[in-house]
Amino acid sequence: MTDLSWINTSLTAARPQALGALLRYFRDMDRAEEAFQDACLRALKSWPEKGPPRDPTAWLILVGRNAALDGVRKQSRTTELPPDEVISDLDDAESQLAERLDGSHYRDDVLRLLFICCHPELPATQQIALALRIVSGLSVAQIARAFLVSDAAMEQRITRAKGRIGKADVPFETPGAVERAERLGAVAAMIYLIFNEGYSGGRDEARAPLCDEAIRLARLLLRLFPAEPEIMGLAALMLLKQARLPARFDADGEAVLLEDQDRGLWDKKLISEGLALIDKAMRHNRPGPYQVQAAIDATHARAATAAQTDWAGIDGLYLALERMQPSPVITLNRAVAVAKLHGPEAALAMIEPLETPLAGYFPYFGARGAFLLQLGRNHEARSAFDRAISLAGSAQEAAHIRRHLDRLIRQAH
Amino acid sequence: MLYSLLCYNREDVVWSWTKEEDDAVMSRLSVVHEKLVKEGKLGPSLRLLPTTAAATLRGNMVIDGPFAETKEQLLGFYVIDVENLEAALDVAKQLSAANPTSVYEVRPVALFVPDARPNAPKDVIRAY
Repeated sequence: MTDLSWINTSLTAARPQALGALLRYFRDMDRAEEAFQDACLRALKSWPEKGPPRDPTAWLILVGRNAALDGVRKQSRTTELPPDEVISDLDDAESQLAERLDGSHYRDDVLRLLFICCHPELPATQQIALALRIVSGLSVAQIARAFLVSDAAMEQRITRAKGRIGKADVPFETPGAVERAERLGAVAAMIYLIFNEGYSGGRDEARAPLCDEAIRLARLLLRLFPAEPEIMGLAALMLLKQARLPARFDADGEAVLLEDQDRGLWDKKLISEGLALIDKAMRHNRPGPYQVQAAIDATHARAATAAQTDWAGIDGLYLALERMQPSPVITLNRAVAVAKLHGPEAALAMIEPLETPLAGYFPYFGARGAFLLQLGRNHEARSAFDRAISLAGSAQEAAHIRRHLDRLIRQAH
Repeated sequence: MLYSLLCYNREDVVWSWTKEEDDAVMSRLSVVHEKLVKEGKLGPSLRLLPTTAAATLRGNMVIDGPFAETKEQLLGFYVIDVENLEAALDVAKQLSAANPTSVYEVRPVALFVPDARPNAPKDVIRAY
């Protein structure tokens, strides 16, 4: 680590709590953000010399609050920073504040910040943008690159989201138990959307970090709700998927199917953490969609080779998931397990009725083509693959299907 | 005398390290580890997964999460065999120099039961 990168990591880690506390003081997102920025600038000036304070978060809250109050008093945004001696005199105040922070505020502050980002009046795209900007502290440019829009468009999206929240009645008191439970689901969904944005971006440098960010947010949420099995499930699901990242693409950047991946490349540290979490979640006997999906990925993670995969277990888990949230996409996924268990004919029969609801869904035609190919119905396979290519959302997806087609053409000659 | 060196740090920070940052710390630590192995001082050592993966048993109650919610968490420990506290602190200083944001608690060991599994591996086992 370079000298300054430990400060950046420290500032990022402190951000949700510090910003949450500043928001509680100022009840104004822009002012809280500005105060936090001020505090970070001072930290960058003061920490390299003096070393990190005993409690970086408390330091940032206190310095941010003082700087903002100072600014308000002088009615000027160009106020000079107080001399360093004043800042260095913070130790006593810092420890007092730290004591108070140890209490109940921590949880409420961070939660409020997350809840604001997931305000029901905001569309999902704005929720995600706001959370990445406010909670994660990514720059507007970083978020814009990840979502393939211009900086100006992203800036506008975030400003709009803040405007809506400003107009809506954001409760600053501690959220009640019922509201918490309701909004917790929204926060979990938002985090999973962030993850999927990153995951579907593959190795795209602008999008891949979203996966790490989503995992970081899930761990944060898990510290707030340590006994919620669905939050454990969410974290486990993302950890287990992320563990496969090093094996998901070959040297040419082409996607590698799960069954063809080199399992030795899977990240065992992430797998251990994911398995530990799903184990913990199962003890609660309160299954939910995230837990079931994590259990499916856990089944893959536990198989030393693709051939050793417990397809019957996976079939059962998809059945459970279908019952929880019926969807043709889940049925399509189950068909893959069914093909392994009972052959491609059974799988094909299972997905026939899905053709209408999934008419625009690239993976449907990819799977259909693969089943037909296994059955030797090459002509039909070819038209399914053609259809898949026409629906592919990325060059990677299209290239993947094209390899199937190439094989067909080679066979034909 | 056996001492344990308990390594504390903020897990939200440590588990947000990039792979490069994590690798840099681990490779600096491995230099210290190798030195300790040569000097015959290094016993078993562990790096723990985050406390979010932990469960705590209190009486008959299983509570999700760590023993206590604190700003810094126990992230790993070493057992070392050295003369006295001074020597133990010296090892702690070397580890701390390699991993500067972590705090090391030096605690003498009262009872040490070696790994008694019949096929206990001699090599390093990594969850990663």
